[in-house]
Amino acid sequence: MEDINDIQNIEVVSDGKQYIVVSIGTEQYGIDIQYVDNIIRNQRITRIPKAQPYFKGVINLRGEIIPVMSLRLKFGLEPDEFTNATRIIIIKLEPQSAIGIIVDEVREVVTLSEDAIEKPNAADASDTMTQYLSGIGKHGDGLISLLNIATVIVGKEAV
Amino acid sequence: MDVSQYLEIFIDETKEHLQTLSDQLMILEQEPENMDTINEIFRAAHSLKGMAGTMGYTRMQRLTHDMENVFQEIRSGNMKVKPELVDVLFRGLDALEGYLNNILESADEGTEDNEDIINTLNSIAENATGKSTASVAPAAKSETEEKPASSAGDSKEKYSSITISDYEKNTFDKAKSEDENIFGITVYLQETCILKAARAFLVFKALEEMGEVIKAVPDVQDIEDEKFDFDFSLVYFTKESMDKVKAAIENVSEVKEAVIGPFNFVYDEPEAEEKEEPEKKDEKKEEKKETHDTAAKAANKPEENKAKTKKTAKPAVGRTVRVDIEKLDVLMNLVSELIIAKNSIVSASSSENADRRDSSFNEQIEYLENVTTNLHESVMKVRMVPIESVVNRFPRMIRDLSKKLGKKMELHMSGEETELDRTVIDEIGDPLQHLLRNSADHGLESNEERIRLGKEEVGNIYLDAYQDGNNVNIEVRDDGAGINIEKVRNKAIEKGTITPEQAENMTDKEIVDLLFRPSFSTAEKITDVSGRGVGLDVVKTKIEGLGGSIECKSVLGEGSSFTIRLPLTLAIIQALMVEVGTEKYAIPLGNIQTIEDVPISDIKYVQTKEVINLRGTVIPLIRLDQLLDVEPTDEQHENLTVVIVKKGDRLAGLVVDDLIGQQEIVIKSIGNYINCSKMIGGATILGDGEIALILEVNALV
Repeated sequence: MEDINDIQNIEVVSDGKQYIVVSIGTEQYGIDIQYVDNIIRNQRITRIPKAQPYFKGVINLRGEIIPVMSLRLKFGLEPDEFTNATRIIIIKLEPQSAIGIIVDEVREVVTLSEDAIEKPNAADASDTMTQYLSGIGKHGDGLISLLNIATVIVGKEAV
Repeated sequence: MDVSQYLEIFIDETKEHLQTLSDQLMILEQEPENMDTINEIFRAAHSLKGMAGTMGYTRMQRLTHDMENVFQEIRSGNMKVKPELVDVLFRGLDALEGYLNNILESADEGTEDNEDIINTLNSIAENATGKSTASVAPAAKSETEEKPASSAGDSKEKYSSITISDYEKNTFDKAKSEDENIFGITVYLQETCILKAARAFLVFKALEEMGEVIKAVPDVQDIEDEKFDFDFSLVYFTKESMDKVKAAIENVSEVKEAVIGPFNFVYDEPEAEEKEEPEKKDEKKEEKKETHDTAAKAANKPEENKAKTKKTAKPAVGRTVRVDIEKLDVLMNLVSELIIAKNSIVSASSSENADRRDSSFNEQIEYLENVTTNLHESVMKVRMVPIESVVNRFPRMIRDLSKKLGKKMELHMSGEETELDRTVIDEIGDPLQHLLRNSADHGLESNEERIRLGKEEVGNIYLDAYQDGNNVNIEVRDDGAGINIEKVRNKAIEKGTITPEQAENMTDKEIVDLLFRPSFSTAEKITDVSGRGVGLDVVKTKIEGLGGSIECKSVLGEGSSFTIRLPLTLAIIQALMVEVGTEKYAIPLGNIQTIEDVPISDIKYVQTKEVINLRGTVIPLIRLDQLLDVEPTDEQHENLTVVIVKKGDRLAGLVVDDLIGQQEIVIKSIGNYINCSKMIGGATILGDGEIALILEVNALV
């Protein structure tokens, strides 16, 4: 298990928000660091019968039972392939209810200032994907889709 | 005086007194001449009045004051208890509860004056005695207030009467040789002080920082138990000056005065002559005090009574500590963790390649298992509360219902001492109330009807609680009309709950179970007592939420009974671990009847469903692998391992692939995010860190 603090390139900048950049498929997504409790390696997931399909099951994290969801299945992508780079990001929206999300790879932590973030295009609002995004971040040459983590967790799955 | 810190105590004690009032009023209604009851009510009302007054809740004080007045008249024989008086008193009681609820919510009693109740009370009292009673008590009250002041005036230096035994003399000599000052101190607390023992404790604490308290009158134990008026005396050794000690004591809040002076000790030896004189002096003082006291007491009987109840009530209450339920939850969690850790040690020691198999290691593990099991039991016991705290409000409720519905009925309760987990107790009140109301309203026939049917006129409702293995059963029973199966059947068809064809094939029991479906009520008219259609299904949901089950039995014309089964504990259970495919599941042991090996050839089919005939009972089979979407194993067994589970009196056979063994498991929630089916009651962590899901048998069967 590696802690958030272990990831090197953390820059503490007073303005702007920090995001953990993860990759799912070919795309990069950013998760607001304030909701991230922990990042762990993939571990044995116990299947829950009759649960929503994007919930892979539950894991035992130091005696706590935490549900784990697959972002790929939620976003309507190919099912996960578990590799050495696969990580489970433990998100805590509320103190007592943690949830894990499976990502292909954790890349880096970036700091994005307000003007580097573009709000999602309202014209695309019909697209189910847009409800999961809080904006698009520009970092260097790449674009990062910033996840609206609350809707990702409780929102409906993309078809 | 800032009283907010006493609010909690006030609320707790008020609840207690209100319960006493309620109980005693019930008795009084039956036995209007019972002097003990009248006295008891009088005392409760009096204590309430005092407490409300201290907390500044004047409306509450006024109401209790008038209730007390009425009883004063009854006690002195000036009037008799009449039914209408009891009614008014019950209304008064409700009003007091209303105040208490307001206080609970906002620390304020609210603005309702309840003038009508007070007026009725007063007019009853006036009619009976022909004079206004309102002015009597305040006069008496002012007298009491004078009492402590004047007795204190006798001699401020009460410490001078402390005598010293031979044994204690040695410490005196030692103190003298060490140049310590010996002071006598008498501490006077303010008469408004509520937590006298706590104040005394603070005084002791302050003193012990600077020296040593050698002797106290009354002795320390009595002071701790609040067995003193408003003063206590001490003998104190210190190297500090008199002024400093005095300042330290008076620093403690609510201390009115500390009288301090050098202590000239008196030996408490029988042969010592010098003792005689002070002793006599003591006696005189005692006498003087006593005459004074009796005078005061005679002048104010209520005060005496209050003192008496205080004294007699104290020893009855066990030595208790109030603990926040959250702290217990934390403790419970820690015990759970400990059990998980223990399980992993056990599984490590019994694994194949363990080389530490010497007997002493195993002995220690067994010992550890013992300790953790006992620890778990003790913590569970701490969380257990007698069911009494929920059910004791029901007699009153039935009485009110009886008046409202115009039916004579009686509630018989048993097993109030049965204990349940605190979390269950908090939730069980509403469902029980619902069932009782149901019985009173729908269950029991009207009095005329009962007489016509040759039953005794007064309807009976029973509430029985008892422990049954790892469960607690609560039974609500009545000897009324019972459930009319045909009526339910027709109603269900009419409502579209079932089709007429279905209705044909349903057993009586299945029909009765329809009552637990949402929005189903057979009451022909809707009263405000029950019959709004949000009845039994809510009860059922609540009970199942607590991990319990509810069942209904009924015989037409003889009555019906509802049995609620609740698990004793919620957090840690014994379970049978089974394997389905490659997955592990836990089945609570309390649900399991037997485990059977069934040859495949024994499986019969009824309506295309698999059943087995086990010793004459037909039991439906449930293929867990299909139900739980487990990938089936290729192995073909000739025999099936079937775990026979029961829900109430219904049986079912769960087909599993393998049995792992019995284990103590800790139930953990799998959170709110996963829409998990009702079949999964939670999860548990096994010794090797793996997770096993717990099957909710009630939802499977």
